[in-house]
Amino acid sequence: MSEHLPALLVVVPLLLAPVAALVGRWKVAWAVAAAACWWTLYASVSLLQRIRVEGPISYELGGWVPPYGIEYRIDLVSIFVAIIVAAIGAVTIPYARTSIAKEVEEDRGPLFYAAFLLCLSGLLGISVTGDVFNVFVFLEISSLSAYSMIALGKDRRALTASFQYLIMGSVGASFIVIGIGLMYVMTGTLNMADLAVRLPEVADNRTIPVAFTFLTVGITLKLALFPLHLWLPNAYTYAPSAVTAFIASTATKVSVYLLLRFFFTIFGETFSYEAMQLDMVLMPLSIVAILAMSLVAIYQANVKRLLAFSSVAQIGYMVLGISFGSVLGVTAGIIHLFNHALMKGALFMAMGCVMYSVGSVRIEKMAGLGKRMPWTMAAFVGGGLSLIGVPATVGFVSKWYLVQAALEQGSWAIAGVVMVGSLMALIYVWKVVEVAYFQEPDPDHEIREAPLSLLLPTWALVAASFYFGIDASLTADVATQAAETLIGGIQ
Amino acid sequence: MSEGMLIGFTVLLPVVGAMAVLVLRATPNMREAGTLFAGVATFWHVLGLLYLVQEGARPRLELFEVVPGVPIVFEVEPLGMVFALVASFLWPVTTLYAIGYMRGHHEENQTRFFFFFAIAIAGALGVAFSGNLFTLFLFYEFLTFCTFPLVTHHQTEEAKRSGRIYLGILLATSVGFQLLAIIWTWQLAGTVEFMDGGILAGTASVGVLSAILVLYVYGVGKAALMPFHRWLPAAMVAPTPVSALLHAVAVVKAGVFTVLKIAVYVFGIDLLQTLATTSWMAWAAAATIILGSLVAFTKDNLKARLAYSTISQLSYIVLGAMLANEMGIIGGGMHIAMHAFGKITLFFAAGAVMVAAHEKKISRMHGLGRTMPITFGAFFIGSLSIIGLPPAGGSWSKWFLGMGTLESGQLGLLAVLMVSSLLGLYYLLEVPVKAFFFKPPEGSHHHEGIHEAPTTSLIAICVTAAATIALFFWPELWYDLMTMAVSGTGEVAP
Repeated sequence: MSEHLPALLVVVPLLLAPVAALVGRWKVAWAVAAAACWWTLYASVSLLQRIRVEGPISYELGGWVPPYGIEYRIDLVSIFVAIIVAAIGAVTIPYARTSIAKEVEEDRGPLFYAAFLLCLSGLLGISVTGDVFNVFVFLEISSLSAYSMIALGKDRRALTASFQYLIMGSVGASFIVIGIGLMYVMTGTLNMADLAVRLPEVADNRTIPVAFTFLTVGITLKLALFPLHLWLPNAYTYAPSAVTAFIASTATKVSVYLLLRFFFTIFGETFSYEAMQLDMVLMPLSIVAILAMSLVAIYQANVKRLLAFSSVAQIGYMVLGISFGSVLGVTAGIIHLFNHALMKGALFMAMGCVMYSVGSVRIEKMAGLGKRMPWTMAAFVGGGLSLIGVPATVGFVSKWYLVQAALEQGSWAIAGVVMVGSLMALIYVWKVVEVAYFQEPDPDHEIREAPLSLLLPTWALVAASFYFGIDASLTADVATQAAETLIGGIQ
Repeated sequence: MSEGMLIGFTVLLPVVGAMAVLVLRATPNMREAGTLFAGVATFWHVLGLLYLVQEGARPRLELFEVVPGVPIVFEVEPLGMVFALVASFLWPVTTLYAIGYMRGHHEENQTRFFFFFAIAIAGALGVAFSGNLFTLFLFYEFLTFCTFPLVTHHQTEEAKRSGRIYLGILLATSVGFQLLAIIWTWQLAGTVEFMDGGILAGTASVGVLSAILVLYVYGVGKAALMPFHRWLPAAMVAPTPVSALLHAVAVVKAGVFTVLKIAVYVFGIDLLQTLATTSWMAWAAAATIILGSLVAFTKDNLKARLAYSTISQLSYIVLGAMLANEMGIIGGGMHIAMHAFGKITLFFAAGAVMVAAHEKKISRMHGLGRTMPITFGAFFIGSLSIIGLPPAGGSWSKWFLGMGTLESGQLGLLAVLMVSSLLGLYYLLEVPVKAFFFKPPEGSHHHEGIHEAPTTSLIAICVTAAATIALFFWPELWYDLMTMAVSGTGEVAP
């Protein structure tokens, strides 16, 4: 069985999704989903161990030899992203049990778990596949299921948010498939490794830069790089809490992974950065994302929305790292993928706890919560410290690498932008802290601490965000190696 | 117990004390006994480390690497020892004081108060014993965050505003400048270890290193160099024991200690002398010394006056570091201790007046000296130390700082020290003079029924005042430690 693990990683949640939908009972559906999530975490960790010993795994789907058949190719970068997805899934699923029961209509429960598993399998699929068309297929699986999960929110605005995301997401996906089609026309292959070999031969043809452009726009739309982020704030704000926590920590991260895959593995660093001058586009956009979106976050009255804008800013950090095109920069981007997943997951989960107990995440409703919900707010502060980048949190590790990468390029100003970004994070995090700890709670309104089933997953992520901030050698090693593989091309 | 274990244990003891506070919260007497006990135990362990350091050892505890090449590491060297001794000795004394103050003042949330108080001491000890820039920065920020609940203890609108200023300035400087400088150092030197003679020499052009120096000196916001000093008066909104220990000892001293440590172990005295910005920074410190004193003049609120006096005095230490010679560093290091004892006495006295007479304004303290002679007597002794007059410890550190300015040939800076002392003479001594010799306003009875502060507080005041005088007669400990720090050999210079 272990030799088929690469395929099973994707197939198990994919096949269990209809099971969850068909069992019809809320709790059974949850149990099926939980089993699938935990199994994928186990599978991805054991794959990581194999890869660290044996090097990249190539798996031929259905026994068809690549480049004719579909190849699953798992290297350190892929498995790193797959572990993020699987781990967040495994932590979200126990959380979802309580949170979803409160926030989603009862008869839709099994459908939710089916969509959750589809989304999980789509995201895992993107990270392990070695075939660009397969990427598109999984992208659509994960996106369509995400649209439906967002639409499950009880707030009616969730419907428009989901529709907005559907339109924007489909535009992005179409761009990606156009890019893939153009590459296929020119090279006759869809296999990533094969494309990497054949593309340089036809790179002089204008079709390839056009394909590159379509892919860049499509992917940056999916990963919500400023100014293509417009779908994100509404989607994150109105989706059920568990969905926000899951999607915010995984979907955009997987899109960043796609960016890395296409730019470095398929097109190659030379083509992307020298011929296409990708950095000239990505760097200014990510800087604007960091500054402008942090500023917008400061003025939000809905904390989930605040965190959503903060996410757009944080995506700016990742893309900024990647835009340097250096090992250090890409390392910073990859580390921040992981770190941001932990902290944003924790923060959105804390907001889910507030939603559960208070029924709203508007900032003025959070007065006095420091006293009424001490554990939830402590988790929020913990995640917030990470967002600011205080030492001993994961946010600091990201900043450490990112600033180093900037100084390595001699760009003072960009190092300054990173620092200003963290100070702006201080402002928007502290805005919430002040309301929660300095204002008196409303005496007429009975508020109780969220149940343990919500607090434990939240605190698991908070604890992880401190743990990996104090001992980052594992993540730093993996990310550095991953960056070296990416920049060195496929070995 | 191995040396490394001893360090870890010493830093952890205040945390254990904090846990004890939480566990014993139901019975206030037990709770306070818990912190007192932890305080005495911590001081005892610091003494154990002092013994090792005096032997010439540098006890070291390396934990794990945070990112490759950058471990969390503690190393006890003489300069850190000075800071640790001061902080750990004054913690139990302040606890004693706080017991009387918090109860006498009917403060709420005392458990939270004592909890974060203990945690903050752990942070200060972590700063003192840090063996590289990263560990230093880690505990520096830790100290910022765990003192926030103390500063905003009253949770009023004013406390919230002050808390914003406090956190805003401290984080803006540390994240914006200091962290940038640390990462830059790491990039240039390939290490963030503190080493004798510094790590930066020869790694980059003089221009770049000069810029890094400016980033460091302004980046240590806790040193309150103008224009980044506003957080200190803002923090005075806290209960007086907090102002006393944290804003006259632990937090601000963590700041100037960081400046000294960076000057000695990151740049090294020899490199500092060659940098263009060293003397600029010395003059920035000189400006802060004078301006701080002048502003102190204008304050009628006693705590605010003491806050500006602190700002002024802190810059003595920054100045000592930026003189870039041995005398300056020795004077700066000794001033950490001397100023700590003097200033904490002043704060204790100010708090005692608040508890006993509910007075904050100097102009309303006329004649109070007759009803509270011990408090104002102690205030007088503390003032002498801050001004730098015998028989108080402050005269020694001022002496060495003065020598340092002469050695560097900067007579202008010597003049600044003199002028500042004269200013101090007026704005500090005004308080006991008015209290003892001025008559209370005619027809007012508001001093009736006022006694000295609660006994535990009074004991604390007497201890620090006595220590201030003792430091004049026995300053050798501090002098020897600082000589070891600058000579870098671990041997005491003859």
